[in-house]
Amino acid sequence: MSNPQMVMYDEEFQEINEVIGRLLNDANAKVIFLVDKNGQLISGVGDTERFDTTSLASLTAGNIAATGGLAKLIGEKEFSILFHEGEKDNLHISIVGGRVILVVLFDNRSSLGLVRLRVKKSSDELSAIFDSLLKKAEDRERKGVSDFPFAEITDDDIDNLFN
Amino acid sequence: MSFINYASREINCKIVYYGPGLCGKTTNLQHVYQKTAPDAKGKMISLATETERTLFFDFLPLALGEIRGFKTRFHLYTVPGQVFYDASRKLILKGVDGVVFVADSQEERIDANIESLDNLRYNLKEQGYDLDKLPYVIQYNKRDLPGAMTVEELRRDLNPTSVLEFEACATTGEGVFETLKAIAKLILVDLKKGK
Ligand SMILES: Nc1nc2c(ncn2[C@@H]2O[C@H](COP(=O)(O)OP(=O)(O)OP(=O)(O)O)[C@@H](O)[C@H]2O)c(=O)[nH]1
Ligand SMILES: [Mg+2]
Repeated sequence: MSNPQMVMYDEEFQEINEVIGRLLNDANAKVIFLVDKNGQLISGVGDTERFDTTSLASLTAGNIAATGGLAKLIGEKEFSILFHEGEKDNLHISIVGGRVILVVLFDNRSSLGLVRLRVKKSSDELSAIFDSLLKKAEDRERKGVSDFPFAEITDDDIDNLFN
Repeated sequence: MSFINYASREINCKIVYYGPGLCGKTTNLQHVYQKTAPDAKGKMISLATETERTLFFDFLPLALGEIRGFKTRFHLYTVPGQVFYDASRKLILKGVDGVVFVADSQEERIDANIESLDNLRYNLKEQGYDLDKLPYVIQYNKRDLPGAMTVEELRRDLNPTSVLEFEACATTGEGVFETLKAIAKLILVDLKKGK
């Protein structure tokens, strides 16, 4: 496998939610999502109910992947920040620690300048959490600790999924 | 790369439908979408041209149920089959957990099938994957058409390694769920083995 297994544990999940919860307040944003580069939603805070979060995650990742491809074509490593301005709502999309995508949705109660400033600070904190998450997962793997729920899965378990 | 979330007790896996232009990848997803209960599926997103050719990808999230207390979700993607969309195909393959190769059974599409399969192998390799080590199944689609090659012929040209294969007619849905179940199962068995 070329990619390490992406995992999330309770402890880091809470830390992450604290950081983006604070960012939500500090940036006066409406909703914030964290998405992995493959399009899977990691977490969201704010008015998340109003959105189809799964679609949002997949399209965000597609967007980042496409602009990443564009960047390479013109000799850039990647565009680490994308900004989409709408009539009411705006999207600020940025890459955190090279791995995760941070999506901030805000309206005219905030501003691009404020969002950019606050995102910068939170990104460092998030980066550190994801670093330790990765290390933890590697450590566990090396020690052979498997809290993997599928170790004892049976064929019947799998077949039942489709019934 | 599957994503295991111990905090929310979820497992997410990514399945990519690959194959030449017009072989029926989007039709596969449309059938799955139509036949899946509302509470088990999300919205299907199709980024397509005005003539309904896939431009970037189709996306369909499925929540199949629980295994050992973990919600098991599959994210189904199709690639654009047309040759000149290669850059997009590479992007969609990122983080893939399992591949369905949809072949067009019509005789005149055999070259397109072979080319697309080569392209799949090449694009995977570029990202450090080996098709022979990945959960992977083949679907021979458009079995209903009069110009369809025999399965033996298709197997000889497209399935030298004898992976699981399915005959299908995506427009009626025949073989569509069999294919999906097979790849999902291979992915879960792969996960079970651990890496
Ligand atoms: N007769 C027949 N037609 C099919 C079958 N599956 C798909 N089609 C038709 O083939 C055409 C192309 O199908 P799509 O699903 O859009 O093909 P695709 O693989 O997504 O094509 P791209 O997006 O260009 O890569 C449509 O008109 C479908 O109705 C089949 O099993 N039998
Ligand atoms: Mg298509």
